[in-house]
Amino acid sequence: MMSDEKAVTEPKEDYAWYVYELAWILPSVALPVGMLAALLVTSFGSGIHLPGDSGRVEMSKISSTAPFDKPGLVQLSPGHYEARYIGQIWAFTPAEIHVPVGSTVTFVATSRDVVHGFYIHGANVNMMLVPGQVSRLTTHFDKAGEYQVLCHEYCGIAHHTMYGRVIVDP
Amino acid sequence: MQAADSTDRAAENRMTAIHLAIAFVALFIGVSTGVLQALEHGGVDLYPKVKPLVHSYYQGLTLHGVLNVLVFTTFFICGLFQFIAPRALGEPLASRRLGWATVAVMAVGLVLAAIPILTDAASVLFTFYPPMKAHWAFYVGLTLVVIGTWMVFANLVLTHRSWRTKNPDRGTPLPAFMCLVTLAMWTIASLGIATEMLVVVIPWALGLRAGVDPLLARTLFWLTGHPIVYFWVLAAYVSWYTLIPRQVGGRLFSEPMARGAFILFLVLSAPIGFHHQYTDPGIARGWKFVHGFLTFAVFFPSLLTFFNVVASIESGARARGGKGLFAWLLKVPWGDPSVVAQILAMGTFAFGGIGGLINASLSMNLLVHNTTWVPGHLHLTVGTAVTLTFMGISYWLVPHLRGRALWSRKLAVGQAWLWIVGMFVFSHSMHRLGLLGVPRRTAIGMAPYLKPEWGLDLKLVAIGGTVLFVSALSFFFNMLMTVVASREPAPAPVDLAVYAEGSSGQSGRLFDRWGIWVAASLILISIAYGPSLLRMWSTAPFDVVGLRVW
Repeated sequence: MMSDEKAVTEPKEDYAWYVYELAWILPSVALPVGMLAALLVTSFGSGIHLPGDSGRVEMSKISSTAPFDKPGLVQLSPGHYEARYIGQIWAFTPAEIHVPVGSTVTFVATSRDVVHGFYIHGANVNMMLVPGQVSRLTTHFDKAGEYQVLCHEYCGIAHHTMYGRVIVDP
Repeated sequence: MQAADSTDRAAENRMTAIHLAIAFVALFIGVSTGVLQALEHGGVDLYPKVKPLVHSYYQGLTLHGVLNVLVFTTFFICGLFQFIAPRALGEPLASRRLGWATVAVMAVGLVLAAIPILTDAASVLFTFYPPMKAHWAFYVGLTLVVIGTWMVFANLVLTHRSWRTKNPDRGTPLPAFMCLVTLAMWTIASLGIATEMLVVVIPWALGLRAGVDPLLARTLFWLTGHPIVYFWVLAAYVSWYTLIPRQVGGRLFSEPMARGAFILFLVLSAPIGFHHQYTDPGIARGWKFVHGFLTFAVFFPSLLTFFNVVASIESGARARGGKGLFAWLLKVPWGDPSVVAQILAMGTFAFGGIGGLINASLSMNLLVHNTTWVPGHLHLTVGTAVTLTFMGISYWLVPHLRGRALWSRKLAVGQAWLWIVGMFVFSHSMHRLGLLGVPRRTAIGMAPYLKPEWGLDLKLVAIGGTVLFVSALSFFFNMLMTVVASREPAPAPVDLAVYAEGSSGQSGRLFDRWGIWVAASLILISIAYGPSLLRMWSTAPFDVVGLRVW
């Protein structure tokens, strides 16, 4: 139809349209900015951080490179622990650790073979284990119970059997 | 009266039809593996029954990812853009030879990648993270498909240049502008995966290099892996912005805002890939924050799209007699399957977008990364906003190419609603399960750590997935019957030639300053990625050997 084509291709002359556009643009900027601000304030305030760059480890020398030469739990000071993990097809070493409730635990981990995941639901622990890289994340266990350590990145035919345990004793 | 387009489009239509046919075959296999996965999650293991065709959950998952998000999307988009852009410019496709060569390169690439996947020699999922090592043909094949997209871009750039010599002062007609911006964004973004393939992975897969660096490979993958979702989404936006307003009897609310949104996508889609690597080692937190900030920024043009497209639909509904603050929604042509599918896709996308913002929220990612929350999210976005839109487009495009009417409009409308019902059940439970701690990419039905509290939602995942599969089958059935059994002539589709004839306002020419926008995109990628990539490259010992783990 003639009027339909004209409506599509003729430019609008009514300047009031700009008011509608601005009325949408301003909150569209304010909303994400506000969300980002809220996010940063609360995560810095709670001390919750993403993993960062914690250096490399040479693949062929994992078994002789600290801290991976002695996987397991080590107490650094009262209430502070370091848990050294190696992920491999298809298990975590150590398979199980015990910590007292109220502990702060730093997980230090790497992979012996392919990319694995290291995920502890309910503990703000979620990191990737990449061969050649050191993964490091600190968390606080203020609830007693049994926490599962799951591999959440496809690592082969038995990926769904790869898991460990953190037991937080009361 | 219809704007005249006297170009002989027969050969171009054949090319588009071939792209769509390959896309549909890929989607059919892709959704078939999908229902197997959903049932497995609900405790129904059908994998032993499909044994010679599919060897394992993970081989099936590789087929699902590769065929759905790499093959279906890419082939459909290439066919769609080759259809839309030349018509909107009123020009023939610049080179038919290049067009046929593109079909050949992409088809050969697909076969090369398909054979290893089907023979269980490439069960590495669509992300193929080294050092899991697939057969070299898998990598070479996928690289050829990517090269095919560059050939489509080249052909459309040449088509545009031919138009420009005749129209030195006009802004590029909107549909063509959008196709070109999308392909420009994609071509720049694909440099990541192309570098990963050509420099890191293919030499290693061929045995020319002993080791690989997994973090470098992952980082190059996600340099492309984020903007690829905008490659898919922007293709859907081309229809939402330039076809849907007229399909509902209205007009696009703001053309400058639409062009501006696309330029923002060109600049902001790629320098944000670290939000897929928030939990990775070896990447500094400061850079992760920069990518997070830019990810929040790229949400802005999608908010503009939401406003602009809804306002456009409103204009059509009011022109058809719609009144009131919300009651005008009733006057949208709900009997038109193409419109229904796409509007339902738009509504679903709002939820996908919100979920995406959560995923991008830095430390919040610790709660959702690699859990089933993520596939819950991506089935709303690529799985509905994009896939259901492409189905909606097919409901007018396939009849037009075949010259016969859609076999059943009622079935098509029902298919779209069924998709939404299945998707909401499936995706809602996947999101919930993710928050309960269920990992993704995992044959959860067989996991020794399965928890009883997951049981109900896992069953709902199976039900939702089955409903989606039935919806998909009804789509394929309708398409098949349209091609082989339909008797009525096809109705006239939305006329793209009006864009070639009409003016595009003063803003159009301003947005055509391609050099500036491409330069801005490359500069931003260099800033966001340069330091991290350089450090990875210079410190990587490339000593990680390949493994077959399946």
